[in-house]
Amino acid sequence: MDPKLKKTKDSSSNSANSPDSTHSSFLFPDEVLERVLSLLHSHKDRSSVSLVCKDWYNAERWTRTKLFIGNCYSVSPEIVARRFPRIKSVTLKGKPRFSDFNLVPQYWGADVHSWLVMFAKVYPFLEELRLKRMTLSDESLKFLATSFPGFKALSLLSCDGFSTDGLKAIATHCKNLTELDIQENGIDDFGGGWLSCFSENCSSLEVLNFASLSSDVSFDALEKLVRRCKSLRILKVNKSISLDQLQQLLVQAPQLIELGTGSFQQELTPRQYEDLETAFSNCKNLQTLSGLWEATSLHLPVLYAACASLTFLNLSYATLRSDELAKLVAHSPNLRRLWVLDTVEDKGLETVGSSCPLLEELRVYPADPFELDLHHGVTEAGFLAVSHGCRKLHYVLYFCRQMTNAAVATIVQNCPDFTHFRLCIMNPGEPDYLTNEPMDEAFGAVVKTCTNLQRLAVSGLLTDLTFEYIGRYAKNLETLSVAFAGSSDRGMQCVLQGCPKLRKLEIRDSPFGNAALLSGVEKYETMRSLWMSACNVTMSACRLLAKDMPRLNVEVMRDEGSDDRQADKVYVYRSVAGPRRDAPPFVLTL
Amino acid sequence: MENSSSSSIVSTESEKNSVLNLKETELRLGLPGSDFLEKKAGTGISLFGKDLKDEGNNGFSQIPLKNLVSGAKRVFSDAIDGSGKWGFSMKGGSEVDLGNGGSENNNTLQSCLAGPSGKEIGNPNPAKPVEDKKNENNSTAPASKAQVVGWPPIRSFRKNTLATNLSKNNVVEGKSGLGCVYVKVSMDGAPYLRKIDLKTYCSYAELSSALEKMFSCFTIGQYAPHGLPGQEHLRENCLKDLLHGSEYVLTYEDKDSDWMLVGDVPWEMFTDSCKRLRIMKGSDATGLAPRAMQKCKSQS
Repeated sequence: MDPKLKKTKDSSSNSANSPDSTHSSFLFPDEVLERVLSLLHSHKDRSSVSLVCKDWYNAERWTRTKLFIGNCYSVSPEIVARRFPRIKSVTLKGKPRFSDFNLVPQYWGADVHSWLVMFAKVYPFLEELRLKRMTLSDESLKFLATSFPGFKALSLLSCDGFSTDGLKAIATHCKNLTELDIQENGIDDFGGGWLSCFSENCSSLEVLNFASLSSDVSFDALEKLVRRCKSLRILKVNKSISLDQLQQLLVQAPQLIELGTGSFQQELTPRQYEDLETAFSNCKNLQTLSGLWEATSLHLPVLYAACASLTFLNLSYATLRSDELAKLVAHSPNLRRLWVLDTVEDKGLETVGSSCPLLEELRVYPADPFELDLHHGVTEAGFLAVSHGCRKLHYVLYFCRQMTNAAVATIVQNCPDFTHFRLCIMNPGEPDYLTNEPMDEAFGAVVKTCTNLQRLAVSGLLTDLTFEYIGRYAKNLETLSVAFAGSSDRGMQCVLQGCPKLRKLEIRDSPFGNAALLSGVEKYETMRSLWMSACNVTMSACRLLAKDMPRLNVEVMRDEGSDDRQADKVYVYRSVAGPRRDAPPFVLTL
Repeated sequence: MENSSSSSIVSTESEKNSVLNLKETELRLGLPGSDFLEKKAGTGISLFGKDLKDEGNNGFSQIPLKNLVSGAKRVFSDAIDGSGKWGFSMKGGSEVDLGNGGSENNNTLQSCLAGPSGKEIGNPNPAKPVEDKKNENNSTAPASKAQVVGWPPIRSFRKNTLATNLSKNNVVEGKSGLGCVYVKVSMDGAPYLRKIDLKTYCSYAELSSALEKMFSCFTIGQYAPHGLPGQEHLRENCLKDLLHGSEYVLTYEDKDSDWMLVGDVPWEMFTDSCKRLRIMKGSDATGLAPRAMQKCKSQS
């Protein structure tokens, strides 16, 4: 810890006890304190700092320029405006995570507009806006584009409610735009004309990601844009960009650090193929590669030259076979993060284990999640193979159809540093396929061995024992996702009572009822949120919770045709803003 | 609706009935309009083409879904006991029928959670068996496997992108010129699909015959008395029991993603345009089955 900081802390607390605690000549002048605190960037650190004393609270609030709000309803725009006068960058997250999987109806809320209105008033020099799971309309985007002359960076992840018309407004009006990052949103795509709205004077772009949009953009406009923007470091194009077009772009931007290709399948002449290969080999700074839609062994070799410097390879949209993956990873010894589809199968993962000793993160997505054929995809063998070869693995997301307790136990022995362990055995309630036992011991091994575990997602056939283990051992756990698991209230109770750092708990289709819900009454204020859907909670328990804990918002959504007493979907979160005023009729605020 | 149409056909086709009476005791897979109905199928199972039914039976009786226990998949019901009150939240056309599901479950539930506690799980509202829900959905959705909302947990963008990829790949395979056209075959109520190469058959008759062999195991399982699957000694009786079974209709998805009745177009045209096959429960094929009956009528 910075010794200067420590010193000021001590003298500060001393003077706080003395009767002259407001006499600032005893302390560092405000300017010095503010100067010191302005070096703090982590919002968690800043939170802690603001709790020290009033002076520090004030110094902190004047020096905070980056705002992070993990739940947009935990606080109101007015409260934020009062506290922080000098914000340049805002990150806002809205809907519960299960909205990504269609568990939250449309028009639930998390509309950003009221925030934008406040920002326009209080933070006219706002530069960055990063939204996750928020709703925003084209009008909001137009408002954003025209209200903040210095606006630079817009990042939208998993948002909805807008269309490419809104993007047009951004491209047209934001003269100093450095970042436009559009990812996996529920967006109405009315065509790629928005790209052509960038003015010919715009040369400030550093980040351009439109990979998840479907329509064609004007390649001419794109090429000129890329040529003008000499500081472009991240370019992720969409499927409409062909291979030879990609080559032309790469020639203009060999400085790229992150590249998302377009469609990777095209009839190329030998000359074109060569040019593409050369273009890739000239990208000396490439660290991240993604896109690669429809990539086949025909064209993958053009990448080999660029693979040496890669640290992140995202193949999660490329249906590669094991041999195709093998060749790619053989050229990529520096990989830290790898995302693949399960078409690579266990064999492909074996090659990962042997070629990528520095691997820290692995994600294996299912190519065909609803296929029942057991012979496709990956099994415990693939995961084991990676764990043998990649001892630094600490983040895994693994979709599979079969798993065993023994395999998981071995895996965490090989890699005890897991911080994020997300295992999804795709058939709900699937037991250990060799022993037919529940998967309790697997997750028990995970929490016992991986003491740094922050995030855990469980699956398979699980009894309360899993949750006993979690409560007893997972002392650093912050996020827990539960689906089709557990046997009784006791499971959830163990977690609520045992995990001191728990912030987000999301549960679906599990037999936890009122007793479980109410056992966490004091816990929920220390957490960001709790989600329970298709569990056994009733309205009366929710009402009780709401009554006892005024600083919690308890929201219930009911399914069509269900019993009046059932609380089908419950969302509980702490808030200093009181119950929200924009709840749609199907959200009952208790 | 189905009853009235079928009974009217019975009355007008009594002659045909008597001719094919023997056939009724055989279990076969028959295509509408094909001479397949005349074919002696041996130990095959007649899944459809049976516009004719026994007196007093509904033409399209329901498969007792609760009795369909997949061999390959683990029986989820082992893990549950009691009456299922809660289930998976579903949408997209299939309503969750929590109450009914619960009572059905009583037949197949045992509490057997491996674990230190040998006692009954006291939870009054445990899970519904996954298979049951899957099967119920099978009957309504064209997709062959029931889909629980939001499971597996994959974002829509990724799901949609991969779905397009896969269908593209299938089409590409079909046109590969290697001379094989692999298409998936699903059957309502079956826990898994099969894949067949259309090029290995040269007529609808061959296709039917192959399909009936392939999917016979499911229907035997279904119609075993007392709902016990896989008991070999019941085989003979099962064949007879299929008389009372529901009709099946063979449908396929064409290049325009429309679901069509198999048998209308020439064989070559069919293999060129067929993307996947579905053996549909007759009760779902209300739009299609009557035509099937008409075809049979015209061919007799």
